[in-house]
Amino acid sequence: MESTDIGLWGVPLAILGGAIRVSTPFIFVSLGETITERSGRINLGLEGILVFGAMTAYAVAVMTGSPWLGVLAASATGACFGLFHGWICKFPKVNDIAIGIALMLFGSGLAFFFGKPFIQPSAPDLPAIPLGWWSDVPQVQAALNINVLFIVGAALAVFLWWAFRNTRAGLIVRVVGDSSDAARAMGLNPDTVRLLSTGVGGALAAIGGAYLSLYYPGSWSEGVSSGQGLMAVALVIFARWNPIGCFAAALLFGGAGALGPALQSVGVTQGYYLFYAAPYILTLVIMIMTSSPGRSLAGAPGELSITK
Amino acid sequence: MTDVAVTPSASSARFPPALEWIARRAEGFVIPVVAIIVGMAIFSVFIALLGKSPAQLFDLMWRGGFGSWFSLQNMLSRAAPLLLAALCVALPARLGLVVIGGEGAIVLGGVAAAAAGVWLDGAPSLLVILLMAIAGMVAGGIWIGAVGALRHYRAVNETISSLLMAYIAIALMNQLVEGPLRDPASLNKPSTHPLGEAYRIENIPGMDVHWGLVVGVVACILSWILIEKTRWGFAARIAGGNVRAAQVQGLAVGPLIVGFCALAGAFAGLAGMIEVAAVQGNANGSLVAGYGYAGILVAFLARQNPLAIIPVAVLLGGIDASGGLIQRRMDMPDATVLVLQGVLFIVILFSETFYGRFKIFNPDLWKRSA
Repeated sequence: MESTDIGLWGVPLAILGGAIRVSTPFIFVSLGETITERSGRINLGLEGILVFGAMTAYAVAVMTGSPWLGVLAASATGACFGLFHGWICKFPKVNDIAIGIALMLFGSGLAFFFGKPFIQPSAPDLPAIPLGWWSDVPQVQAALNINVLFIVGAALAVFLWWAFRNTRAGLIVRVVGDSSDAARAMGLNPDTVRLLSTGVGGALAAIGGAYLSLYYPGSWSEGVSSGQGLMAVALVIFARWNPIGCFAAALLFGGAGALGPALQSVGVTQGYYLFYAAPYILTLVIMIMTSSPGRSLAGAPGELSITK
Repeated sequence: MTDVAVTPSASSARFPPALEWIARRAEGFVIPVVAIIVGMAIFSVFIALLGKSPAQLFDLMWRGGFGSWFSLQNMLSRAAPLLLAALCVALPARLGLVVIGGEGAIVLGGVAAAAAGVWLDGAPSLLVILLMAIAGMVAGGIWIGAVGALRHYRAVNETISSLLMAYIAIALMNQLVEGPLRDPASLNKPSTHPLGEAYRIENIPGMDVHWGLVVGVVACILSWILIEKTRWGFAARIAGGNVRAAQVQGLAVGPLIVGFCALAGAFAGLAGMIEVAAVQGNANGSLVAGYGYAGILVAFLARQNPLAIIPVAVLLGGIDASGGLIQRRMDMPDATVLVLQGVLFIVILFSETFYGRFKIFNPDLWKRSA
């Protein structure tokens, strides 16, 4: 049994496994928010969309028996919420940050309202691929038991990174985000582009929620989200609106979040609750280090209200 | 544009000045009220679609939140923490900052106050309560003051940093309450040592509402005076409008931002102290009750006006208070109230777009239609 007794090596392994498991919702929410913010809007309501997505996915999975239908339904509701945010923010004097906070409240409220009957029944989980088959060590196998959505998220990050540079749609989103005037001069309607970008962002955030309720932690309750939707907004800034950066930052966040439980498993219990704050402290420190007065953040879309 | 500039004298000849005075101020009252009515109507449709009776719902809401002496007291108790939490948003808003992390200052203020109260056990009660309030205000003030300092001196976005700091504050509270400050007797729900009976904030005589309500109302009035009647408030409004212009005028924008944020955090910390001294009796996880987030809602509905915060907090307190009754009588989830708040919030924020669009509120434009 010496191969299973890996001592302190369990800590980095648990962090790696935790990073992969915990990061998936962050990947989807932050990629969605990247698309929205690249078009020049900020949607703080992704938290509410994520919670509603988690509820929808779980409810549909319970009723149909198919977790993938749940994911599909979640992304549809997320798109509706996103389109609603995009539509309401096109009116003059309507503050996109405030509407986001309202949507956060509304989405969570609606999810708790309709989700009450689904707290008890259990839904089928999303499948995972055991990529650790080559190892005899159970910890390695556990760490590399990777969910399909994680792989989809990774592929999506690469695709978006490519698409922002090389496709017509990607260029249109970036032009609108950098200057409404330039976009209008090109004959584009900024409101329509932002509407669609926010809709896509909402759909992706809801998929992140579906992962929460259908895989990890894998159940629906009112505490299903611990602020992933809000943290993803910070994560996007941290990643400088770069989809590949979002993927890396999401892994980092996931790993930081897994630090506490991993250390506890090897007997380090001091400061257990402080380790929960590790991802937040990390983000704050990096934001402080990389910001400076007198210039806006490198890579920030010009029309974005929070960096102006 | 030219006729707008000349019309005031022309129109005052035709309309009584009192009418113009009312018209100019009616906008800020009529639009929110219409928005609330529209929000209620949308919510009624939602309830009716679910096969429930909106009439019964509003009847219960009235009885549970506003209709009797008991429910009025319940409403006021729930409004009390919202007043201070909303100030934490409204004060920085005057400088153009969107601070959404008041929850963190509330939590830390509560922990600091509880620690101070236990540490000073044995001293005269009024002194201890005062020192607890100061401890809570200092803790909250440092927390949000730091957000303001980061904003001004490092250009760190205050919305995001205050949110991150709120999560850090909650983790810090858990660590302290589970560790060094824990009362070994609190088994199921880790808490600090209970405060002595003499150090609890009592109820207002004749009411089942604690003094925190009075503190909150006074804080709102003082904040209004600060913003509207003092030179600091005037400077803050200039800096909120245009930072460069304020700097050209020689205003010390940095201390202004840090000061306003620290004061905002101090009010939130005071809310935490009151929650500990008047409601909980010790600091525990119940401090994370979402008052900070409800405060954002109140502040935005009040359009960041400290005086308007008072009626809005009372209205939301009443809606909140009726939640239990709606849940029991209509067999609906307690989240019903959350849905209503969300609908109201969205509709009222949407109504911002109608300001300045109606001729009736702008006497300068009356002449053209007449």
